[in-house]
Amino acid sequence: MNIHIRGGRLIDPANGMDKHADLFIAEGKIVGAGDTAPERFTAHTVLDATGCIVCPGLIDLSARLREPGFEYKATLESEMAAAAAGGVTRLACPPDTDPVLDEPGLVEMLTHRARLPEFAHVHPIGALTVQLGGKKLTEMAELAEAGCVAFGQANQAIVDTQVLLHAMNYAATFDFPVWLQAQDPFLAQQGVAHDGEVAARLGLAGIPVAAETIALATLLQLARETGVRLHVTRISSAAGIDMIVAARAAGIAVTCDTAVHYLHLCDHDIGFFNPHTRLDPPLRAQRDRDALRSGLASGAITAVCSDHTPVDDDGKQKPFSEAEIGATGLELLLPLTLKWAQEMQVPLLTALARITSDPARIMGVNAGRLDAGLPADICVFDPSADFHVTRKNLKSQGKNTPFLGLALPGRVRYTLIDGYLAYNGTS
Amino acid sequence: MTLTSTNRNPQLNSHGELTHLLSTEGLPHDVLTRILDTAAPFAAVAEREVKKVPLLRGKSVFNLFFENSTRTRTTFEIAAKRLSADVINLNINTSSASKGETLLDTADNLAAMQADMFVVRHAASGAPYLIAQHLATTGQNHIHIINAGDGRHAHPTQGLLDMYTIRHYKQDFTQLTVAIVGDVLHSRVARSQIHALTTLGVPEVRVIAPKTLLPSGIERLGVRVFNDMKEGLRGVDVVMMLRLQNERMQSALLPSAQEYFKSYGLTMDKLALAKPDAIVMHPGPMNRGVEIESTVADGSQAVILPQVTFGIAVRMAVMTMLAGA
Repeated sequence: MNIHIRGGRLIDPANGMDKHADLFIAEGKIVGAGDTAPERFTAHTVLDATGCIVCPGLIDLSARLREPGFEYKATLESEMAAAAAGGVTRLACPPDTDPVLDEPGLVEMLTHRARLPEFAHVHPIGALTVQLGGKKLTEMAELAEAGCVAFGQANQAIVDTQVLLHAMNYAATFDFPVWLQAQDPFLAQQGVAHDGEVAARLGLAGIPVAAETIALATLLQLARETGVRLHVTRISSAAGIDMIVAARAAGIAVTCDTAVHYLHLCDHDIGFFNPHTRLDPPLRAQRDRDALRSGLASGAITAVCSDHTPVDDDGKQKPFSEAEIGATGLELLLPLTLKWAQEMQVPLLTALARITSDPARIMGVNAGRLDAGLPADICVFDPSADFHVTRKNLKSQGKNTPFLGLALPGRVRYTLIDGYLAYNGTS
Repeated sequence: MTLTSTNRNPQLNSHGELTHLLSTEGLPHDVLTRILDTAAPFAAVAEREVKKVPLLRGKSVFNLFFENSTRTRTTFEIAAKRLSADVINLNINTSSASKGETLLDTADNLAAMQADMFVVRHAASGAPYLIAQHLATTGQNHIHIINAGDGRHAHPTQGLLDMYTIRHYKQDFTQLTVAIVGDVLHSRVARSQIHALTTLGVPEVRVIAPKTLLPSGIERLGVRVFNDMKEGLRGVDVVMMLRLQNERMQSALLPSAQEYFKSYGLTMDKLALAKPDAIVMHPGPMNRGVEIESTVADGSQAVILPQVTFGIAVRMAVMTMLAGA
């Protein structure tokens, strides 16, 4: 199947390319970009990309598919449809499924189930400890063989620092990356919101910024000790970003990400106890949000992810402190990144890098770029059309997002995965 | 950015009238004053031989208590009965919730029983908001909600009865210095008091507590923070004590009740630092010897029992206004 994407603006951050050109795809791979087709190329399908941006398919560092175990919240089918509709062609999924992704068999089953042409490439994040319990190491080498790209704990902390040290050391032995959230479990214990004025006013138990910085200090120290490739997930505070920057200056090779909702919301957006704003880590103060916005622009924050967490209505229609944590995000990753870029006047080349080539580097995959010869994972979107966030428009089974009702910039027209037209938003 | 869904104050309708009483925060000055004004004649009803008025005849008031309370529930019950309403008491922590029914299912079921008013107490901050939003989205706007205490967030009728008490003894709010003493961190009463006091124009609201019992950012609510009780009580017109729960000692917030009493218990000596005509208030139930000394609690400056009496009048006023009667 040969595809000719015609008339679009090609943006390929990895190659610093931003130009009007056509893209040619043959047998699932990119074969050329330019004004004329490669020799002997005959298109079977021509996709009109006039007025659109053609970029590498989005790469999401955290998307919960809810399988296995939570099929009432979402299924592989529903969430893969959401990924395709969101222009996401590759994603990493956290291990907090039921059962936890701590055994090679489970990982194999998941990747096998996900192997359909219209499905994004799925890279499981293996559990770093058995049951995410923070006590016993998983069989990381086996899990890596089964397809895990990294090891992590989802939102669970390893309380015992010695176990953490051993886990990092063991991962470093095989040069496996560890992806960990920085949150002190004791300081976060009962908390449901950022410890500040809003929590004080609403009578919500607070999680102080120190919960992040204390855990981050531990992670960074141990990364230095062990030499492990550390990726810090969902950084949430200005102080946290400063520590990451200082650590890099001191020679620790650490990367980090945040999630799109943190670029736009802060604790004030909890409003009158909106359960959709119950997130982990919590939405922090406005100055933290501003620091995240500029940190992502400067590259202090390496990438941005959706932290897609579909929750069923029953899980959200509860008092704030009892509501389930998380927001749906696969379909909002692109629009919210574009909105951030517009508001911060970040060039599209940089903005798209944060959701394509930069996460690809963290994931350690040769993707997120438009080089000839690479699999054709492509996103074609119209930057001047809006995506209306409604329950109906969201393909994800999770309709839980604080952005419901808003019109956000950027509508995906086509998503190609290995050259397969996984989503057609024009029909 | 501006989110569309939940930023409108759910206790006022589009005309700025009270449809639910969820918090004293965001209640305009004139609404607060109107509640206090409405309560005044009801306080007189209590002195009459026949204590009933027919304002809520035929209306059903459901007391939905997801958290135990005898005192508050009783005062709501008396208030509703004096207004001639039918009162149904439900202690939900012992019935549906323990059978797994969700909060909103419970609300829907009771709404189907032609309720006119829900008086809600819940251990989670914001629970009455959830019910209010649910009623709005399901077209059941005719049911009014009174928050009878949600988590650490608000206890607006307590805050209002405290305002009624202060006005009764001190008349003018705009000349007062008021101190709130004790466990502000966990107190829904303190939050309701603070918002009401600042809205009514009290120029200086103080909170007095050890740092472990103050939420961070409390000064942003418009209060002056004191960690030293003697300093904080100096020259105040009103002392509002808060109840200290014994759990605070278990969670490493305080070393002991004895030490707390020494630093933050209200004694005659400490009270002497306040203005000579200062009044002492307490929302009850009191822990004598922990946050307040008996000689103060039973002394001439205490207005703790009048608070209870005024509480019924204020709750009658709120119910009447909500019912539009």
